[in-house]
Amino acid sequence: MMQDDQVIVCEKLTKRFGDFVATDEITFEVHKGEIFGFLGANGAGKTTAMRMLCGLSAPTSGKATIAGFDVYTQTEQIKKNIGYMSQKFSLYENLTVLENIEFFGGIYGLSDQQIKDKTNELLDRLGLKSEAKKLVASLPLGWKQKLSFSVAVLHEPKIVFLDEPTGGVDPVTRRQFWDLIYEAANRGITVFVTTHYMDEAEYCNRISIMVDGKMEVLDTPANLKSQFGVRSMDEVFYQLARSAKRGD
Amino acid sequence: MEAIVVKNITKTYGKGKKTDGTLAVDNVSFTVGKGELFGLIGPDGAGKTSIFRMLTTLLVPDSGSATVDGHDIVSDFRQIRSTVGYMPGKFSLYQDLTIEENLNFFATVFGTTIEENYHLIRDIYVQIEPFKTRRAGKLSGGMKQKLALCCALIHKPTTLFLDEPTTGVDPVSRKEFWEMLKRLKAQDITIIVSTPYMDEAALCDRIALIQGGKILSIDTPQRIVQSYPEQLFAVKANEMYRLLQALENYPGILRSYAFGEYAHATFRDPDFKTDDLEAYLTGQGLTSVRIEAIEATIEDSFIKLLN
Amino acid sequence: MKQFIAFVRKEFYHVLRDRRTLLILFGMPIAQILIFGFALTNEVKDSEILVVDYARDNASQELITEISASRYFNIRQAALSYQEILSAFRAGKIRAVVVFPANFNADLLHQNKAQVQIIADATDINTANMITNYLSSIIMDYQNRVNENLNMPYRIIPETRMLYNPQLKGAHGFVPGVMALVLLLVSVMMTAISIVREKETGTMEVLLVSPFKPVLVIFAKAFPYLLLSLVNVAAILFLSVFVLDLPVKGSLPLLFAESTLFIITCLALGIFISIKTDSQQIAMLISLMGMLLPTMMFSGFLFPIENMPYPLQILSNIVPSKWFYIIVKSIMIKGLGLNAIWKETAILAGMTLFLLAISLKSFKIRLQ
Repeated sequence: MMQDDQVIVCEKLTKRFGDFVATDEITFEVHKGEIFGFLGANGAGKTTAMRMLCGLSAPTSGKATIAGFDVYTQTEQIKKNIGYMSQKFSLYENLTVLENIEFFGGIYGLSDQQIKDKTNELLDRLGLKSEAKKLVASLPLGWKQKLSFSVAVLHEPKIVFLDEPTGGVDPVTRRQFWDLIYEAANRGITVFVTTHYMDEAEYCNRISIMVDGKMEVLDTPANLKSQFGVRSMDEVFYQLARSAKRGD
Repeated sequence: MEAIVVKNITKTYGKGKKTDGTLAVDNVSFTVGKGELFGLIGPDGAGKTSIFRMLTTLLVPDSGSATVDGHDIVSDFRQIRSTVGYMPGKFSLYQDLTIEENLNFFATVFGTTIEENYHLIRDIYVQIEPFKTRRAGKLSGGMKQKLALCCALIHKPTTLFLDEPTTGVDPVSRKEFWEMLKRLKAQDITIIVSTPYMDEAALCDRIALIQGGKILSIDTPQRIVQSYPEQLFAVKANEMYRLLQALENYPGILRSYAFGEYAHATFRDPDFKTDDLEAYLTGQGLTSVRIEAIEATIEDSFIKLLN
Repeated sequence: MKQFIAFVRKEFYHVLRDRRTLLILFGMPIAQILIFGFALTNEVKDSEILVVDYARDNASQELITEISASRYFNIRQAALSYQEILSAFRAGKIRAVVVFPANFNADLLHQNKAQVQIIADATDINTANMITNYLSSIIMDYQNRVNENLNMPYRIIPETRMLYNPQLKGAHGFVPGVMALVLLLVSVMMTAISIVREKETGTMEVLLVSPFKPVLVIFAKAFPYLLLSLVNVAAILFLSVFVLDLPVKGSLPLLFAESTLFIITCLALGIFISIKTDSQQIAMLISLMGMLLPTMMFSGFLFPIENMPYPLQILSNIVPSKWFYIIVKSIMIKGLGLNAIWKETAILAGMTLFLLAISLKSFKIRLQ
């Protein structure tokens, strides 16, 4: 891969809280348009690492650039170039679909014309035209998730961070959601997925698994499974996490 | 004798004079045998929790009837409440009480003591006993779950209702949890468990696939996957997005969808040849194409039932 | 019974292990007594006063006319004996008494000076001060006008006397008010929150699906707060006696009995709120807006009810703390017994029964 193809570059990235090393010298790269799975048990250091990558928390040591911007000094630029969606919070339930899109578009600094164009495009793609004036609270869970992902990439970020995006939805809705993710990745948006649902992880191009603050493995799901001689990612994870010392 | 018999129960929420309300459970019937490990498998909002709440006498169905251990869920609610164990989905114990205090409290409320039924929980409790003076709020997800299970078991219930016990728990704890359930089954306790995870279905004796308040299918996991009507194929190529698009446009395609790092596909023609597809995909510019005939999983069956 | 005890013990663990709860429980009474211990200004109008005119001469009649012309005072019929004056005060009907001695006019004419006695009910110290000041200035005005035409000036000396609270200690009016507030917070808000919390964590579901009777669950939740509230009553009285130097004039057992009645009123309210709400925030909001605010506004503790528009005065009658405030004031400061406050007690008891009845009626043994 070419150097300028790398959207996330981390080198020995470390975060300490007193004596506790939450994230311990993690080194990895993520490429443009890649769907990258970031896995680990509770307390393995996933959240801390992700906060550093989003520019929300300064590392203790090590280097990292996100979309070419430094995590120590250029956090404002980083925030402009990333999108974020979590299952817990993404949209305002008591605003309509349209109001949510306008609000988030405004936050990301899109012009009124841009917001208008994007809104039409988005509603068309999701087939939500007739629901545009309905409250988000009244939509089924699957639609909410699709909408909140679309809102998270409204400003065409370089990277979108997804936190357990599809837990608890039915298999068909989940696939519609992944179709959106594949499409975004195909447009060149890098997708960074944190989850501890292994079946969700199998959809990623490459997977990293953190254990006790360290990144233990990083490879494609197929390679990991053959490396551990098991049939599912669940078993890979089980073998790795069983040795973990830390709980949450 | 059947431990649970459910006959045509229906439950609607928020039904007013003007609104029809939300239909949460729609004419559901099933039975669970004594000592069986029965799974309700379905996504959020499928009606799993409503079914649990009706069977544990917390809600009254709009219509239909059900019995637990032969007791009617409406008229004999007192008997049911003193014989069943229940772990609600959002159950989080008393965070500011220690392991021991939590367990003691629930034992007393159920009119028993830890000592009396210790044999039932021993296997599970020994794993958390070293931390018994630690407050529940300071425990890891897996340990909380073990404690919750102990609390639900401490009065020696005949039937155990576990509503999404593995949601939000990491795979290691999930695996341990299912092993504990298998051991409890050996104690002759009927267990009915709900989960949104299709991969947990295979661990149950029998399962009901549920969506939109309706049961789509009830059987053993083996029979459910065996009854998958077509031959299923797993397809892999260098690029997922383009593979999915190419499959969708393949003339003989019946269904295709992403499945982890593979795409799963079924075809109209019973004499379908993998070579034809491979040629087509290569023609679409995809490389490293691999096609394999596979057995369906519960998730494939669910998708089939939803379409 | 064993289950009940286990419950109460658990509830105490919750309280003792949560620093915020402890702070509300024991920090608040102290803070409130200190805050409200400082005087707040009240305005007075249409105060009922009693005139005792032993003189019945021109001067006294003129002065009485002056007083009754003021918008601040309504004069009730004259009484004659000291006993009658006291019983009028006890009944709470009057704010002050103006006494003209016999020979009022004669003293003015012959000695060029005379005395007028003003006796005020100083239970509410701000009102009492204001009333005596207004009365004195009316007398002064009258004196100055008469003196314009005279060479030898007359002097009328108002002699004021504060009844029930001779040292004019401001905290007197506030201690009963603080008591009502604290009991409300603890019994309504904390009970409601602690029950709703069990709904949020799913433990309520487990408790309902247990052989323990659902109604007992609710009573077991409320019982510890009854005890804690009584501890709070004791703490406030302790502070008032030893820090503010304000003794309890009436019967202590009676005061505790009345407090227990009011606490049960509050617990019934708290239980009712907890039944009707599903989140701690909403329970807290309803307790604060729905209970605390009316207590501050309508108990007569901060704002004199008689100065409010008539509809609000009527409204104030449905606020339980108004009656409790009157009861505590009567026992603590006036030293009255049950025979003087049986009416208020009966009203409060009626409210309690009503609230308990609707709480129990709306309580369900299932969800929803």
